[in-house]
Order: sequence, then C-alpha cells, then structure tokens
Amino acid sequence: MNISIIDDLKKKKILALLRDGQRVDGRALDEARPLTIDTGVIPKAEGSARVRLGDTEVVCGVKIQPDKPFPDLGDRGIFICTAEILPLADPNVEPGPPNEEVIELARVVDRGIRESHMIDLTKLVLIKDKSVIGLFVDNSVTDYDGNLFDACSYASVASILSCKVPKWEIKNDAPSLVPDSASSPPITTIPVSVTMGKIADTIIVDPNADEWKCMEGRITITTNSEGNICAVQKGGEDGFTFEQLVKCSELSIATGAKIREILKQVPGGNAC
Amino acid sequence: MGVKKTDIVLLDDKGIRCDGRKIDEPRNIMIKAGVLKNANGSAYIEFGENKILAGVFGPRDVHPKHLANTDRGILRCRYHMQPFSVSERKNPAPSRREIEISKVIKEALEPAVMLENFPRTVVDVFIEILQADGGSRCAALDAAAVALADAGIPMRDMVSACAAGKVADTIVLDINNEEDQEGQADMPVAYMPNLEKVTLLQLDGVLTPAEYKKCVETAINGCKIVYEVQKKALKDKFFGDSPQ
Repeated sequence: MNISIIDDLKKKKILALLRDGQRVDGRALDEARPLTIDTGVIPKAEGSARVRLGDTEVVCGVKIQPDKPFPDLGDRGIFICTAEILPLADPNVEPGPPNEEVIELARVVDRGIRESHMIDLTKLVLIKDKSVIGLFVDNSVTDYDGNLFDACSYASVASILSCKVPKWEIKNDAPSLVPDSASSPPITTIPVSVTMGKIADTIIVDPNADEWKCMEGRITITTNSEGNICAVQKGGEDGFTFEQLVKCSELSIATGAKIREILKQVPGGNAC
Repeated sequence: MGVKKTDIVLLDDKGIRCDGRKIDEPRNIMIKAGVLKNANGSAYIEFGENKILAGVFGPRDVHPKHLANTDRGILRCRYHMQPFSVSERKNPAPSRREIEISKVIKEALEPAVMLENFPRTVVDVFIEILQADGGSRCAALDAAAVALADAGIPMRDMVSACAAGKVADTIVLDINNEEDQEGQADMPVAYMPNLEKVTLLQLDGVLTPAEYKKCVETAINGCKIVYEVQKKALKDKFFGDSPQ
C-alpha cells in the first residue's frame, strides 16, 4: 500500500493544512473517525462484528473450540488473533501469502489484546495440560481507508466481548459439548488500540488512507480500562523524540477512553 | 506475564537481579567490526548470551528490478535465527516473528541511512542469530548499525538499541531471558544518540503512564551506553587500538 503514488497535489494540500492545524477531512488532530460497530453479524461464528472506522471496514469472527494447550502453557486456554486484507478491499492487494505488512498488522492486533490480559485464559482449561478451550479471532479487512491496526483491534474486541463460549464437559477423557449452555467469556479489561501518525512533526490520531501515505512515522499504543499502557509498536521510516512519545501516550489514553465508551455499548461490553 | 513459574528471585532486597546486575546495569557487550571478508561491512556482537553476526552488502543493483526506487535507494533487512540458537531446535524457515522483527529493524535503521544518495540501488542487511538470549532484536540492531558504518555507507547518525522492562514492579535496564519470561513488561528501544530520536519502540506488558516514561528514559540511557561500545568497535577497526 505504501508503494501507491499519492497525487502530489493532495500531499501538498495535506501538509499545508497541517501547518495550520487542520486535516483534509476536517477532523481535529486528536479526533478519530466515526466508529460504528455491529455485532452478531455472522451467526455461525460464536462471536462476530462488522466495524467501520471512517471508510475502513473490517469483518471479524470468533470461533471457539476445544484444543490441545501449548506445551509450556498447559494451565491456559488458547487465544490466537489473525488479520488479513482481502483482495476486494484495495486495488493494490493481491491474493497470496501475507507480506510483512500484513504479518505485522496481525501480530500488533494480537499483542494488544494478549498483553492486556483481556481474556482470563486460566478460566478456559478443561483438563490441565491436555485439553483447553481455544478462541480463534480472525479479522478480514473488506474495505481500505487507512489505519487497519485500530479497525481490526476494535473488531476483535467487539467480537470477543459479544461472543458466547460453549460449554464442554469431559466424558471418557474427551470434551463433549453440552448443548444450550454457552456463557459469556471471562473478560478482565477492554483494551483499546490507538494509532497515531507523524507528518512533519505533527501528531495526528487515526490517519486515513491519504494521510497514511504522507506519514513519516507511526505508533500504535494499546491501553487498558485502568488507563495503563499494555502494548506499543512504532513503525514507519522516521523516529520520534522522547517528548513526542510522551505526547502519543497521553493521546492514546485520552482517545482510548472515548473509544472504550463505544465498545462498552456492544452486547457484553459492560462485563467488567 | 506476572505468573511465577520458577523459584528464581528476579530482584533481591538489595536491588540485585537474578544474574547479579544492578537495575541500571546492562549485560556485557562486545562488538567487533569488519569480521567478514566478502561482505562490504560486517560486525559481530556478544550481548549477554546473544551471539550475532551482521553482514551488509551494497549499495548494489536491485534484484528483482521492479523493487528499485528511482529517487532513493532501498534498504532490505533479514533477521534470521539459526536452528541451534535456542534450547529447542527452531525450524530454519523464517517465522512470522522473524519477519516482523526484520521489518522493525529495517525501519529502525532507515532514518539513519542516507539512501537518497543511492537511487536505484539496494543495501542488504543480513543478521544471523547464532545464539539467542533475551533482547536479541536490540543486539541484532546494534551489530547491523555497526556493519552499515563499517561498509562506509553514509549515515546521519549511529543507531543504538537496548531494552528496558519491568521486573518485580521495578523498571530495569536490559532484561535478560529469565526476566523476559518471568517479568512484567519488555520494551525494546532503538535510538539515534545525536539526533535524539527513537527509531524503534515496542512494548509488551502493562505499564502505568509514569512507568512508561521511566521505561523509555531508562532504555534511552542504555542506548547511550551501547553507543560508546559501537564507537569503540569502529575506532578499533579503523585506527587500531582505541586512542585511550
């Protein structure tokens, strides 16, 4: 996506506006785009969400099934979060194995949720070291307008909050499904990822696709419900000064709090 | 992770860590520049138990050609772990973790390398982890930056990297493997010491806003210590023994 050539005029306009503290789409520098979340859009998945962040759209589904635990983590359930950009989302995306950008996207979304300990995985053990419940959270980007990190993160969090975990009991050493007794997942906190871009030493929250192409650096900071920072990923070609990093952390906490209120509106969002 | 799996004491009441270091003390760092004959620039680093080799080729022709950029050179980076570098054999194929680390290392070096001087070319940085300990991406970056300088590629600044983290509720410099596994947070940082810019920053683990600030500051101080070792490695190579 970085290789697509932005209209030179557009870039000049974005830079000129930023000098006056304005953005192409009229937002304030610290303002995220409108966020809409629909949950339960895929009834066959145990949890799902369609999220629109501006014109970026992501569909996310959670599948929940018994699995073998990781050898060194026999006392915990499994949580795996992936992300994929579908070829219909953007003309520059081609089918095939994920490139490094998509791998980074998936790993950053996964890390934000994992490191916040949003799901209490110790409550998802069926038989210690043998059988645990796995939550597989898969994001598909269906329309691209920049900032996939946050869109995928919100879709994952909304899907997890609204999912129902089926109940399994152990019969003959194997898990067997107990019908009609699904329950809410063990949620401890709501992580919110906030991605900021740096253009000409100005920090902007939630860059859209045009701004994304002008960015010299970017940083994604995930905060939890207590307002603490649980994951960071800096990217892009340029560095940040210490003062900019502190400012970004403050922006992520303030913006994150607003977005957390939206996430709390989804079914299951008031669980913690 | 916050969950104790072993009985090791990460920080005793005298402020001494499990490997005998103080909280603001890095592990032993040794860097040697110019260790490979064929590479244009190279470096070998021992950073605690990490043993890492970095080689730089270029600026040279880009293959495949369509990757070439007409107004500036490109930087490519491969971080690769040897199968024998860790306790349990690692599959030699690049993992998703290695692909992500390759990308963040490339982006950490990019601001320092004056690629605009070399349009239509590529600078390749190859990093081989011969033995891995905690903080291998920082050590890899330190070696790669020295290798770039050793290759005589114009740079705006050195790039120095060091991690900080939270262990037993305390912010400490340069966390090792045990502290990474049992500790509460890990924050690798790369820094251009003269331009005063952070070019790599990652975090996993929960920190309060005040701890976040302290952690970045601690890591930057570590980067400054590493910077001195990097300078010494280059002086040793180009001027014989260090002037001191």
